[in-house]
Amino acid sequence: MAPFAGWEMPVAYGGILAEHAAVRSRAGIFDISHMGQLEARGAEALTWLERQLTNRVERLRVGEGQYTLLLNDEGGVLDDLIVYRVGVERFFLVVNASMADEDLRRLTELREGAVELRSCGPGRGGVAVQGPRVRELASKVFPPGTVLPERNAVSAVGEVWCCGTGYTGEDGFELFGPGEEVGEWWDRFAAAGVSPCGLGARDSLRLEMGYPLNGADLSPDRTPLEAGLGFSVDLDKGPFPGRETLLAQRRDGLTCRLTGIAMEDGGPPPRAGYALFVGDAQAGTLTSGGLSPSLGHGIGMSYLPMELAIPGKSLALEVRGKRFSARTVRKPFFRREKLT
Amino acid sequence: MSEAPEELRYRDSHEWIELGKEIAAVGITDHAQGELGDLVYIELPTVGRVVEAGEAVAVVESVKAASDIYAPVSGEVAEVNLSLESDPGLVNGDPYGSGWLFRLRVRDAAEAAGLLDAAAYRASIGE
Repeated sequence: MAPFAGWEMPVAYGGILAEHAAVRSRAGIFDISHMGQLEARGAEALTWLERQLTNRVERLRVGEGQYTLLLNDEGGVLDDLIVYRVGVERFFLVVNASMADEDLRRLTELREGAVELRSCGPGRGGVAVQGPRVRELASKVFPPGTVLPERNAVSAVGEVWCCGTGYTGEDGFELFGPGEEVGEWWDRFAAAGVSPCGLGARDSLRLEMGYPLNGADLSPDRTPLEAGLGFSVDLDKGPFPGRETLLAQRRDGLTCRLTGIAMEDGGPPPRAGYALFVGDAQAGTLTSGGLSPSLGHGIGMSYLPMELAIPGKSLALEVRGKRFSARTVRKPFFRREKLT
Repeated sequence: MSEAPEELRYRDSHEWIELGKEIAAVGITDHAQGELGDLVYIELPTVGRVVEAGEAVAVVESVKAASDIYAPVSGEVAEVNLSLESDPGLVNGDPYGSGWLFRLRVRDAAEAAGLLDAAAYRASIGE
């Protein structure tokens, strides 16, 4: 068990590589009870969230979710989260474990008008069921007649929010609700043959997709535009914290961007904190890295100056005093062949 | 419960070494491989390198982390297990057999006497 934001979480149940392969080929289930769950409701909940978050909340119809960001006043990333519109005036927010208290504090501090904001916990739980076979397995697990959400949608199954989201690049669901009920869903999926997966596979799967991890690839010193998350930022919707910085970056251009790195000729797995060089000059530092189980070589991400932040640039990664050749590549690192 | 053969000697940092051999194989314990999980890369020392007991001589890397491996006794690296370059998982599958890391030409056989026997090692990992 590994400590993680105050939780004791298994790194693996049966081996990271086997769990990773299970999610890519079939189905795996993750305990994500550590994720923070918040709820905002009220007549002004929509307009208020619109003023706090980067994405355009107004575009959500009831039953839809979107990836969005909470920034500091300088445009740096405090947290990345998913906001689901579960009622006309009711929103369900899933935030990072380490940021749940901070997000609630910041959002409460910024609260105004007819909005009620609260943490759904304690006692809440969450599981993510992910993999290409999840939908066919789910039909055996969910009650007959259950309408399963499409990608990025949300539907209610009893007291549980069933969300068509995930952090693996595979099809699947995330279920959030009372802990006991979520535990029963875990048991049902495990009984249906879905492999239990730990934090290790969660990290290797998200890294293969180039999904950023808050606290590693995202930080209060980097803007979402630098992190390549412009798709979750609407600069034309009106004010939100940090918008001025982002407008300036859009006008003047970026100086650096989060870039995919792949190892060229084997070598040790790249890891967060390792330095990247061009000649004798350090060009960047990995914010994430690891061996890609699906690709069989090392991959990582680093903020790099714009002239290097394009695919095909040669770099050297320093590991324990030795240099290994690497190059910049397009994200995601892993692309599923079209299933026929 | 992990396995710890009686005929080997151990460091509390989870290396094992063969006892009573001029050229002795070194590896990591069953307990260590289980804690590390799937190994994906192993950096072995250069043959001929002279090492002191307790010196970091190799690195084993799991999906999650890199860990130093320390020489259980002083000596010279006589051979390394090249099959680990293509199949580091041998250490997970057979830590006391085909998953050996390197062989040391032992300088002083008495040094091994200061290491843990199997019972003491099992006690050190709470088994």
